[in-house]
Amino acid sequence: MAGKTLYDKLWDDHVVHTENDGSCLIYIDRHLVHEVTSPQAFDGLRLAGRKPWNVARNLAVADHNVPTNHRDQGITDPISRLQVETLDKNCAEFGITEFGMSDIRQGIVHVIGPEQGATLPGMTVVCGDSHTSTHGASGALAFGIGTSEVEHTLATQCLVQKKAKNLLINVNGEVGKGVTAKDIVLAIIGEIGTAGGTGYTIEFGGSAIRALSMEGRMTVCNMAIEAGARAGLVAVDDVTIDYYRNRPLSPKGDDWFMAERVWQNLHSDKDAVFDKVINIDATKIKPQVTWGTSPELVVAVDAVVPNPADETDAVKAQSMQRALDYMGLQAGQKITDIQIDKVFIGSCTNSRIEDLRAAAVVVEGKKVAANVKQALIVPGSGLIKQQAESEGLDKIFIDAGFEWRDAGCSMCLAMNADRLEEGERCASTSNRNFEGRQGYGGRTHLVSPAMAAAAGIAGHFVDVSSWIGE
Amino acid sequence: MKAFTTLTSIVAPLDRANVDTDAIIPKQFLKSIRRTGFGVYLFDEWRYLDQGQPDMDCTNRPINKDFVLNKPQYKSAQILLTRENFGCGSSREHAPWALEDYGFRAIIAPSFADIFYNNCFKNGLLPIALDAEIVDGLFKELTDDYALTIDLAAQTIATPSGKTIAFNVDENRKFRLLNGLDDIGLTLQHADKIHAYETERAKRAPWLFREVSI
Repeated sequence: MAGKTLYDKLWDDHVVHTENDGSCLIYIDRHLVHEVTSPQAFDGLRLAGRKPWNVARNLAVADHNVPTNHRDQGITDPISRLQVETLDKNCAEFGITEFGMSDIRQGIVHVIGPEQGATLPGMTVVCGDSHTSTHGASGALAFGIGTSEVEHTLATQCLVQKKAKNLLINVNGEVGKGVTAKDIVLAIIGEIGTAGGTGYTIEFGGSAIRALSMEGRMTVCNMAIEAGARAGLVAVDDVTIDYYRNRPLSPKGDDWFMAERVWQNLHSDKDAVFDKVINIDATKIKPQVTWGTSPELVVAVDAVVPNPADETDAVKAQSMQRALDYMGLQAGQKITDIQIDKVFIGSCTNSRIEDLRAAAVVVEGKKVAANVKQALIVPGSGLIKQQAESEGLDKIFIDAGFEWRDAGCSMCLAMNADRLEEGERCASTSNRNFEGRQGYGGRTHLVSPAMAAAAGIAGHFVDVSSWIGE
Repeated sequence: MKAFTTLTSIVAPLDRANVDTDAIIPKQFLKSIRRTGFGVYLFDEWRYLDQGQPDMDCTNRPINKDFVLNKPQYKSAQILLTRENFGCGSSREHAPWALEDYGFRAIIAPSFADIFYNNCFKNGLLPIALDAEIVDGLFKELTDDYALTIDLAAQTIATPSGKTIAFNVDENRKFRLLNGLDDIGLTLQHADKIHAYETERAKRAPWLFREVSI
């Protein structure tokens, strides 16, 4: 019998019951809750007179709507405020632990989960947010769910799921200077498309993935959903285990040693069979910049904006033309000639300490270009902000003309006051370049933190690999 | 949840690939703590010429006349015909809520994003994935009064030309949708199994079952 993939192991370990059509009742170890996708779920519980199955398995935080400055003044927008207050009330009523807006541990739900050890290797993790895939970086089966499933998880600690297929993406070789986890994952999406991973759980492997820190692996798994896969995974190794030592919710004492032994087995067996395998040569990946309104519309920074006329598929060509029109770009235009109006460094993709350090290296001693109206740095959590300040990164950013904000989702989806105005163009470290995502009529280019920082200094995209060499 | 059995309706064609849930219902409307009332903001940025705000009265907003749902012949459409990877991006269930609240009951496309697909079944909305060539054929056949009949029990779509197209749907999802059943109630019938799993798992991973407060 063939060995198991990491996904097979995680799945088998959580099956509570199997239906006759193959769908399974899967046990959920950790449920993360935020303010946007939970109010209707709590209402559902109340209407049915139900209680959470196990309150201790839930951890809540408000992140999407929270302001990233003047937090002491509360939330100005009454509708946003009501949503955050509703989360506070629901957590209090049902007894769920919540990090409030003024708690130093508050931050983006997918940043605080691993940071607190609330999401651990071997767990099943769900949240009413598609970027829950992030937690797969620690060898956990983690995926986003809708509000009905939030309610279902609260009430039963289980979800009815059908097993996905296994996809292995091997990224082998050493990446070049200035090439980061973000460039790797954007290059993968460029290669396989935004539906390339639909129906699969993606395991990311290969020497280039092994060489990444936990933060980098989180960036890669975070964007598995942008490749269509609900879940991304990276096998557990020493990097994973070292990361989880002494986290507040990590196992303690004898539990730690037992957990370590169990976690060592969280990798695909050598003879495991994948439904599909894709090999990517890491040495060929250059810093990436998206030019369109879907993450798959991406090219290397030294390339030009593609021409829809060169696309043979009529539906794709039409999408490309629509993207060019929305983005205000011309086919054939050099990426490095694209001028930007704003910079956003943050989001569950790229707001961890390593991301802030990478950006700080680029901006140190320089100034934001005159044509850049706003450059935001939004740390992923209060604790990351504190850590960055202890390293003096805040000073580097502020001296260069960046704004140093409080933790939250911020301009990744512009549910709070941080947003693009119509027609504004942004170098953004977030995960989606959809029409209107960062603000009505706003134009998003997805890049790594180093690339966003460099664009902020130059006023247009630049190849950060040559920049670092200067 | 509304049950879905059969449906005969005219078809609105949305000829775009990779329609994301941010387009289906923009983020500002997600601030609502209710589950209803999203239909008037469905495809807000494509449907209206101004910028939509939560709780806005939409009756006098300037309309984008070129957008398919604004064409009078599609006003009563309950079936949406679209292209691949429909519903990609954010997991927001507000997307199926908006589609259902607007009046759609079925969506036909070559493929759907996984989370969106799953969310549809929780809201009485039937997503039907067909081969890209068949979908392309439907787009070509489509006229202003083009109506399809969907029979979920039989898993068929009948076209005006008399063709019958078969489609796939999981047994379990079909059963729940046909009967409009509440998933949680069904799962709680397995409460003893969930307890047994927890007892057994606590032996293998005791650290997950410690009382820890942070």
